[in-house]
Amino acid sequence: MTQPEGLFGVSGSGDTSGFGGLVRKRAVVLEAQRPLGGDFDEIVDALEEAYPGFADAIERIVIDRGELTLHIVPAKIAEVCRSLRDDASLRFELCNSVSGVDYLNEERRLHVVYQLTSMTYRRRLRLECAVTVADPHLPSVTEIYPTADWQEREAYDMFGVIFDGHPNLTRILMPDDWDGHPQRKDYPLGGVPIEYKGAEIPPPDARRSYR
Amino acid sequence: MSNAGYAQERETTEGKVFTVTGGDWDSIVSGHDPLHDERIVVNMGPQHPSTHGVLRLVLEMEGETVTEARTVIGYLHTGIEKNIEYRTWSQGPTFVTRMDYLAPIFNETAYCLAVEKLLGIEDQITERATTIRVLMMELNRISSHLVWLATTGMELGALSMMIYGFREREFILDIFEMITGLRMNMAYVRPGGVSQDVPPEAVKKIREFLGFMPKRIKEYEDLLSGQPIWTARTKGVAVLDVTGCVALGITGPVLRSSGLAWDLRKTMPYCGYETYEFDVPTQPDGDVWARYLVRLAEMRESLKLVEQALDRLKPGPVMVEDRKIAWPAQLAVGGDGLGNSLEHVAHIMGQSMESLIHHFKLVTEGFRVPPGQVYVPIEAPRGELGAHVVSDGGTRPFRVHFREPSFVNLQAIPAMAEGGLLADVIAGGASLDPVMGGCDR
Repeated sequence: MTQPEGLFGVSGSGDTSGFGGLVRKRAVVLEAQRPLGGDFDEIVDALEEAYPGFADAIERIVIDRGELTLHIVPAKIAEVCRSLRDDASLRFELCNSVSGVDYLNEERRLHVVYQLTSMTYRRRLRLECAVTVADPHLPSVTEIYPTADWQEREAYDMFGVIFDGHPNLTRILMPDDWDGHPQRKDYPLGGVPIEYKGAEIPPPDARRSYR
Repeated sequence: MSNAGYAQERETTEGKVFTVTGGDWDSIVSGHDPLHDERIVVNMGPQHPSTHGVLRLVLEMEGETVTEARTVIGYLHTGIEKNIEYRTWSQGPTFVTRMDYLAPIFNETAYCLAVEKLLGIEDQITERATTIRVLMMELNRISSHLVWLATTGMELGALSMMIYGFREREFILDIFEMITGLRMNMAYVRPGGVSQDVPPEAVKKIREFLGFMPKRIKEYEDLLSGQPIWTARTKGVAVLDVTGCVALGITGPVLRSSGLAWDLRKTMPYCGYETYEFDVPTQPDGDVWARYLVRLAEMRESLKLVEQALDRLKPGPVMVEDRKIAWPAQLAVGGDGLGNSLEHVAHIMGQSMESLIHHFKLVTEGFRVPPGQVYVPIEAPRGELGAHVVSDGGTRPFRVHFREPSFVNLQAIPAMAEGGLLADVIAGGASLDPVMGGCDR
């Protein structure tokens, strides 16, 4: 996550208020400890039993705002998904969403987030994998969840994450010949200044604002 | 006629390339064996009246039969998810309301529920605000299903259905205008509540709507259900069973039309839906006909929900009490559209310094949201609409991703179309009820 500096996050603006040196500390969500409480213990125990490589595949378990997130080693994501879908005590049949998040300041900055639902047990679960920009590879889950097809294409299109084994990993929302991956945090929003009633309004990403 | 300047006729690995310059149709047809050389590729869209916006279908045909169908999307991509990252949290609804333009209230509600969950203020949302949200969502569901019925009717040859469907939808849009100031893209649901209270005239108008709508739904049913062309075009067409739906991630009326009663309002309730009395209609067949029946029945259930919500509407605030989150203005519809009410301007400019500070701080800086991520799914007219919202603790969303039912459901087109007739592609595609604004975001 970004650590914003200064009152407006703008440097060299001639700020004399002293707020320009302000650094805002941001709390990080910490790893959860067993017992996790509620259904979460059941889910994690069942996965541990169903998936033999559990200890090597799970990086950390986070519980935040009543939602369970398992951080998975990228190379293992497809295997973990298979166990989650097929095991009788897990039954996460539905893959709701696959999307990316770019945490710019982290080393493995590209995160892929999977939202799974167990219709049988009425539970939800989030899986998260982190990869680097230099090596943005992880296995595709399309074989387990065919619905991930377009969603992985979108994550590739927007973040440049490469899903190995995807049947047709091409751009989906942007034109085929587009350069770069627009949802990355270092990809500019673009826009031109607009003149309105004699004043020049800068584009949204260049406006002075609080962060 | 000279063919100079045109591509030459030639054989390629994909088949023979013809050059048609007009007036030479007979000579082309005579040189072509219709029995053994019938494979053609048809490009349907992106501007075709029955593609529900700018959707392109590439169909490989053998005679009238579709052998391969591929969907091309992205023509309506507007970068909403990227744009939100450069605006404050309370500006978010203005963007998300424009995604699925037939169900704006659902987009706003999903986003606002997610922001409220991140803020940890779910308990503080007033009862009246939640009831108004339910009321608006269910009215919106009816209007969305009406557009579906109207456009699908038109595409399958029932033109009068289109006129009736849009007529009733117009009435709902009038109700929306009365309440929010706008017919579409209202940005009415805001983090912390809704932008303004429901006026008494609107309640009267909704009662009027509840009075005539059941009869109108009956009329649609009378118009279509016994119609031989309608039944021929829908029964047994574009079948998708439960396994197919779940594998392809399809939710909403399409999943329920194949027999699984999966409705988030019942299975994973939000906004107090567990306290309302309503049924989840299902059908066993999984064809276009079943989807038509499910949507008709859902409109009836929504009417029940609207009535219950109206009965529950007790006077009270429609925004959270916390002045550091609640948008400060009481909005009002003036001669030039929706804006700050005159009383509010008089209050902050002449009476209360505190209110002026809150107004200024919220409008310029916005509020901060504690870091973390949430995923909030709701049952939109097209299926599960999920908002995955990430905060880094700042005044702007770090990332907002929408799990759009139109986007996910459109993946079913090859499964439904391949092996069927070209005409059934239209029926099958329409039965998914895709809205490209939502699909491409």
